[in-house]
Amino acid sequence: MPEGKYCNKTPITTAEGITDLLADKSGAKYYEEMKSLEVDSDLLWKTIQNTCKSRIRTWLEICAHCGMCADSCFLYLANDRVPEQVPAYKIQSTLGTIIKKKGKVSNKFMRDAMRVAWAQCTCCNRCGMYCPHGIDTGIMFGYLRGLLYQQGFVPWEMKIGAGMHRVYNAQMDISSEDYVDTFEWMVEEYEDDYPGLTVPVDVEDADIMYTVNAREAKHYPEDLAEAAILFHIAGENWTIPSKGWEQTSLAMFAGDWVACKQQVESVYDAMERLRPKRMIGTECGHAHRASVVEGPYWAGRKDGRPPVESIHYIEWLAEALREGKLKIDPAKRIKQPVTLQDSCNYVRNHGLRDTAREILSYLVEPGYFIDMDPRKQHNFCCGGGGGFNGIGYFRKERNVGLKVKRDQILATGAKLVIAPCHNCWDAIRDLEEEFEIGIKWSFLKPLVIEMLDIPDHLKPQEEDE
Amino acid sequence: MHAFLTGPLFYISLAVCLGGMIFRFYKYFTGLSWQLDRVAYKEYPMMGLKGAWRSIYKWLIPYGTYGWRQQPVMAAAFFAFHIGAVCIPLFLAGHNVFLKEKLGFSLPMLGACAADIISWLAIAGLCVLVLRRLVLPEVRILTDRKDWGVLLLSFLPFATGLLARYQVGDYGLWLNLHILSGELVLLAIPFTKLSHVFLFFASRAQLGMDFGIKRGGLKGTPMAW
Repeated sequence: MPEGKYCNKTPITTAEGITDLLADKSGAKYYEEMKSLEVDSDLLWKTIQNTCKSRIRTWLEICAHCGMCADSCFLYLANDRVPEQVPAYKIQSTLGTIIKKKGKVSNKFMRDAMRVAWAQCTCCNRCGMYCPHGIDTGIMFGYLRGLLYQQGFVPWEMKIGAGMHRVYNAQMDISSEDYVDTFEWMVEEYEDDYPGLTVPVDVEDADIMYTVNAREAKHYPEDLAEAAILFHIAGENWTIPSKGWEQTSLAMFAGDWVACKQQVESVYDAMERLRPKRMIGTECGHAHRASVVEGPYWAGRKDGRPPVESIHYIEWLAEALREGKLKIDPAKRIKQPVTLQDSCNYVRNHGLRDTAREILSYLVEPGYFIDMDPRKQHNFCCGGGGGFNGIGYFRKERNVGLKVKRDQILATGAKLVIAPCHNCWDAIRDLEEEFEIGIKWSFLKPLVIEMLDIPDHLKPQEEDE
Repeated sequence: MHAFLTGPLFYISLAVCLGGMIFRFYKYFTGLSWQLDRVAYKEYPMMGLKGAWRSIYKWLIPYGTYGWRQQPVMAAAFFAFHIGAVCIPLFLAGHNVFLKEKLGFSLPMLGACAADIISWLAIAGLCVLVLRRLVLPEVRILTDRKDWGVLLLSFLPFATGLLARYQVGDYGLWLNLHILSGELVLLAIPFTKLSHVFLFFASRAQLGMDFGIKRGGLKGTPMAW
């Protein structure tokens, strides 16, 4: 059976396709079919010849096999330093071998490569900083994922996720109407507490266009309300687009470059339609990476930038606190040991290493913030990045990977971990569930709202007794 | 034999090395693609240059990067060997006398004592690198025959050079073997992992541009290598 009913090389492009694949619980049949999925070696080799140019080829060739990348990889450390987890080995034994064999590799080889590409690398790019030759294995794994996706060797959830983007322009099955309705409903819920609270939809020429992670609309709608509240209190002229509101890209994790382009273009179309001064994305790492850092290139934008200036939520929050648009009541500041999880996607991979710390200088009573070690660009991945959190097939491997973050957190002695990134937030929630180390975890929005010093005119007017 | 080694073969190996590497540099940089690499190289040349420069020089300084400091023994062995591997071929007095005679110019020269120390340090560094390959599981799993080949190729000029320098046995034999092994290195550079002699700069420059332009450079936060 070269192509399966569930597991095949064809991307999902219809709602029915998604429903069918979802019906195969945990992908049981999908992974069974994968065992006999044919490798199209000609296509594989042709794709490599067209897309694997001097950068990656030179990386693979000049790798000195020195092993200096080993200690930089949290999965190597978490897995008792087994040599099979050395980044250079992982990429040489997968992508390196495929190129050496000119694409003539077996089904078994491709399934093993899938395991390495999604369960042994989160594309956190930390190893790239520790290689004397400047070899960034994370980038090569991103590339390898694209090759594997094209051949149908992709984890079940990633295939579905990429399909969601192709069908709904969102990582989940949420229509434009659902999204706007949810946002409006959540805002209504909080209207009494914040008089005048609204969600401006599709307003042209606003100062801010706000984009989100679809799961906020689906599973954590309070997050939408919290964003509205903070923009409202800060007096921002903001709007949400009814189309192009989804900032994330599971397609990026899946290696589905066509879907990546389609997804990010929906956001850029919204920018061009509404002409906001800036786009601000939610507290998500990969969403920022997808729509601000990598997205311009998928969309073919030569200047490497989105159509309008696009910043991460923490950049806006730091600015609002700095400029006094939001004021913190000093009495409500955090007075317990607290630490910060730096997201690889916007700290190591977009330089925002001091921004969240600036925010914490407003939120945390001096003396209570304890940084992780290592930190900033050198911080370890939360353990669940690159799609790892979402793949049931590799859950065991993911849980092992969480050990490094657990130990980093334990070493700080913090009781609260601030994680301004959906992936990190999930991973830290899961590690608490798995290891029960007695911590709490939070995004920034709910913490800030708790501590706000709200001007009188924005408070609910008390009725006369 | 000596005439052939110091005559035609010298010119051929030098030409192959330099010509080959100019070609490989050309291929490398013309093979970079803003869209495939997802780095807008041409749009921000100054940021790119700054990032590239930073990425190169930080790694050339012993213990200049977080990565080097994390692995102090490796860093010591690496620099001990590489300082020798660069300085001895280029700045040894004997080499420069030869260079002057063959090509009409010479480079600054090392004193005899300094040259001895640098050479022995290089050998010591090389021994540690070999030891790492034999002992550390994370290096052993990566090591293949080519890696041993490259190490041997790098070791031979030092070994024969020192044997000639101390005139152990037949000086003429060691000298010829030394010249031959040096020329073998030159010939191998464009075609083996020894290409890193030059491609190190290309690869580091590329990642430097990536961080200098795309991954934080434009945000004003240079990578703290």
